[in-house]
Amino acid sequence: MEQRITCINCPVGCRMTVTLNEAGEVLKVEGNTCPRGAKYARQECTLPLRMITAVIPVENAATPLSVKTASPVPKKMISQVMEALKQVQVSAPVSLGQVILPDVCGTGVDMIATRPLA
Amino acid sequence: MNRERVDILIIGAGPAGLAAAIAAREDGISSLLVLEREAQPGGILRQCIHNGFGLHRFQEELTGPEYAQRDIDRARELDIPIECGVTVLSVSADRVVTCVSPTHGLRQIEAGAVILAMGCRERPRGALCTPGTRCAGIYSAGTAQRFVNLEGFMPGKRVVILGSGDIGLIMARRMTLQGAKVLACVEIMPYSSGLNRNIVQCLQDYDIPLYLSHTVTDIQGRERLERVIVSEVDARRRPIPGTEMAFDCDTLLLSVGLIPENELSESAGVQLSPTTSGAVVSDSFETSVPGVFACGNVLHVHDLVDHVSDESFQAGHAAAAFVRGEPRAERWFRVEDGEGIRGCVPQKIQLCPSASVTLMFRPADVFRNASVVISCSERELVRRKAMIFTPGEMASYSLKPECFQGLSETDPIVVRIEKGVD
Repeated sequence: MEQRITCINCPVGCRMTVTLNEAGEVLKVEGNTCPRGAKYARQECTLPLRMITAVIPVENAATPLSVKTASPVPKKMISQVMEALKQVQVSAPVSLGQVILPDVCGTGVDMIATRPLA
Repeated sequence: MNRERVDILIIGAGPAGLAAAIAAREDGISSLLVLEREAQPGGILRQCIHNGFGLHRFQEELTGPEYAQRDIDRARELDIPIECGVTVLSVSADRVVTCVSPTHGLRQIEAGAVILAMGCRERPRGALCTPGTRCAGIYSAGTAQRFVNLEGFMPGKRVVILGSGDIGLIMARRMTLQGAKVLACVEIMPYSSGLNRNIVQCLQDYDIPLYLSHTVTDIQGRERLERVIVSEVDARRRPIPGTEMAFDCDTLLLSVGLIPENELSESAGVQLSPTTSGAVVSDSFETSVPGVFACGNVLHVHDLVDHVSDESFQAGHAAAAFVRGEPRAERWFRVEDGEGIRGCVPQKIQLCPSASVTLMFRPADVFRNASVVISCSERELVRRKAMIFTPGEMASYSLKPECFQGLSETDPIVVRIEKGVD
């Protein structure tokens, strides 16, 4: 099986072709011009990861609170994480880095505040 | 009218203004003041809640609010006064700043030096000459970003995005994640000016189609936007009849370029560059008006805030030197845009710079396997090859002080791109 991946590491944007076996293991990466590309392509074909950032309403403040996953989570979890965020109730004050939702959707990653809110 | 005096007055408390203020304070300037129009410092970073800021400066990926907070915290540590909710109305050539606020009314502040750090604005619909009705539902991408991220409103449910700059791409993802349906991103050029990373993570991740060499050719709707018509364009960017596609949508977001906001600079008589739309500056970021400095997106539109901060630290140091009355350069090299280059900054360099000078510019087109060549008369100062140069990525090259030895200021320093052989 072959998968096509555009590299995101730099503006060159190499178009890479990744060959996988039936078990989903990477056999080879072609089209990259540097090792960073190959590493990204392997990750992207096996377990693509994304940072998720969002805003959630705050009960006692006019401005919403911006939050992020403390580290990247599997891409397939994005919609579940957004859904879980809808259930979160938060009220000011909030400090920068405060955990808003621990271990979001069983990813082992916390959702944290990216700004202080007095 | 109240009349005050400060050594350095900084207009704007975004990343540029904050960095300039921090640098000036660290240089020992005790009398300085930052004026900010918004209710809080941080500038546009406050609404850029996505991550990817600070890789160069902090070696980590921060969100916009986190990046801003570091400078805000540092400014607080240094006890830098930041007055928010203050609108500057004009700056005079002798550095008298007129401003107004609900708490202090109209006042004038005399400044030993002024640092312009007002940032930039988005190109509006009117600048595009798009035909169609004047219905509601058409926003610049940054305005929509402000609604969603700072005010907690969704501007619409079915969205088309015109322009594939990074703000447009980021908003395609944001609107999708917050529950809207983004139907298409439409780009008139045959390439996107956004980062590959944003094309992958903001469009492809959500199966949002990107139509290159396409543009919006009609906007339809009575009260609210109902439909946009998208057409393919030819090599000269003229719509091709028969290629029309209709998208039923209630929202059109425009991400079609940024323009430095220089009304105040003009009031001071600062000379502007027609290519950058920002001030013409020296290597110390001083404009054509003595004691008036410019940095950040008001000077030229950057891709990375890290570079804004870096440039603004330099401007802050230079303004501090000016206030202390340090000797100033009187003879200059001119810097000119050569082939394939647009908007090189700074436009002039003092004859014997004591530190390295960084030249920043944008390629005028996409060039593959090409070289940047910086030369003066017959002498090559820098030659650097790269696999790709694109207008979406600002290029910068540093010239060491010894580069300038033996050069004559009668010849300009020319930056150009030499095409490679494919």
